[in-house]
Amino acid sequence: MKHGALVGLLLLAALCAFPLGVDAYWLRLGTTMLMYGVLAMSWNFIGGMAGYPSFASAAFFGLGAYTGAVAQKYGLSVFVAWSLAGAVAALFAAALGFALLRLRGHYFAIASLVVAEVLREIVNSATNLTGGGMGLNLPVPQMASITDQARFFYYTMLGVAALAFGAVLLTQRSRLGFGLRCIRQNESAADMLGVNTTLYKVNAFILSGVFVGIAGAVYASWVHYIEPPDVFDVLYSIKPIVMVLLGGAGTLFGPLIGAALFLSLEELVWRNYISVHTGVLGLLIVLLVLFLPKGVLAFRVRRT
Amino acid sequence: MTALLQLSGASRHFGGLKAVSGVDLSVDRGEVIGLIGPNGAGKTTLVNLITGVHPATAGTVRFAGEDVTRQSPWQAARRGIARTFQIVQPFPEMTVLENVAAAALFAGGAAYGERAEAAALEHLRFVGLADVAGKRATTLTLAMRKRLELAKGLAMNPKLLLLDEVNAGLHSTEIDQALTLIRAIATRGVTILIIEHLMKVVLNLCSRIVVLHHGELIASGDPQSIIRDQRVIQAYLGRRYADASH
Repeated sequence: MKHGALVGLLLLAALCAFPLGVDAYWLRLGTTMLMYGVLAMSWNFIGGMAGYPSFASAAFFGLGAYTGAVAQKYGLSVFVAWSLAGAVAALFAAALGFALLRLRGHYFAIASLVVAEVLREIVNSATNLTGGGMGLNLPVPQMASITDQARFFYYTMLGVAALAFGAVLLTQRSRLGFGLRCIRQNESAADMLGVNTTLYKVNAFILSGVFVGIAGAVYASWVHYIEPPDVFDVLYSIKPIVMVLLGGAGTLFGPLIGAALFLSLEELVWRNYISVHTGVLGLLIVLLVLFLPKGVLAFRVRRT
Repeated sequence: MTALLQLSGASRHFGGLKAVSGVDLSVDRGEVIGLIGPNGAGKTTLVNLITGVHPATAGTVRFAGEDVTRQSPWQAARRGIARTFQIVQPFPEMTVLENVAAAALFAGGAAYGERAEAAALEHLRFVGLADVAGKRATTLTLAMRKRLELAKGLAMNPKLLLLDEVNAGLHSTEIDQALTLIRAIATRGVTILIIEHLMKVVLNLCSRIVVLHHGELIASGDPQSIIRDQRVIQAYLGRRYADASH
């Protein structure tokens, strides 16, 4: 998309204005959407651009949440803790990437799925540091009102989303993005053409981890309390994938559109069909994937 | 003059199968050399061994004076060893231009963006594909895809070009066009190792021919002596015909 940066800026302006005059319910929904927007955009680096189906999002999310929480427990300020969470997630992704990205396709998917479970067990047993199964409380930021607090976390999540969006934009217009497209379409041929495939995939994996780590830390501060089953929930790995596939894999706006669409559906279905909401939601996803296999953005492409 | 490519005792075994065994081969700069042999002789394995896809299990490969036995394919590409595939491998969702631009960018040293695309367009003009630069690579005919492979190979700015059956599946007019192209590439000073089944092509292009049989190099020499070589005739047609031709 040629005017991606411009559309992105307009979207950012609209999202900045959103909290003016909405109540706490909408602020919470908006913050959740932005958080999943970050997760979906991040998955797009490894899953959409490089074509590697990663299930490691939950690992990065939980790792970021616990890094942020533990850092604050030891007295670091909230912004330092969030940055540290991003750095730890990036380093973890780099180490994990060099080990896992030698595997292709399904093997990589299975291996990445296990990572969150392993981290969850480690966090569970490192009781001194993490509180284990008891969870960890985080300091509540001192603000004038509950609404101010909600706004603060909304804008923080918006900032993280803007960073992730900028990274997607830069990647798509660079050597890295081009190399990842080559890898997705034919990895052996890319190798033959001089693409250092392992390095490129590891870079994509790092990009898919760093913003999720930060989002996890911000989430931890936002909800004040985290425990292993919450932040290492496998749904943090699965939902972003569904969102990207809904919106359009490998595209600039697909993940954001997918995240908004998925959460709107989830919210509507949950409100109206509380007893059968997971069933209805599952059916909707199956229908969408069946009839829009390339995501809703494919509509636009077909028309022009 | 030092050799551009030097194989010493190069071998590649897959389990108990000796696909390539103890090959000594030296290719000089500017040479156009033909590699022939019956099906399953190990020709493609030899190319894979040179480009690092399946590195040698024994022996050494030297390129431009450097030991490259253990290199990865992407390192081979950046060092100036380009190859085309017997079965063509374009990036299906990219245009013809993008396919060649990828080669120019990652192996040919062109900068990202317009530079790489300009270089790519130049190579497409050279192989006669400039008209279809904006089309998807998958829409091309087989002959065009083979030429696309050539353009990709050239965009990598190679010192050594390995052509793996670029003429297989083409009809005679298309083969003549391909011959003209390969000759034009050779006059640019690119060293070429050409794997070919069609004797017409090899006899036309090559100053030297080497013959591979059961993974071993059984003959090396100028085209005229190779087609009279008893071991070569035996390898292709069997002992009976070789004896009968006496």
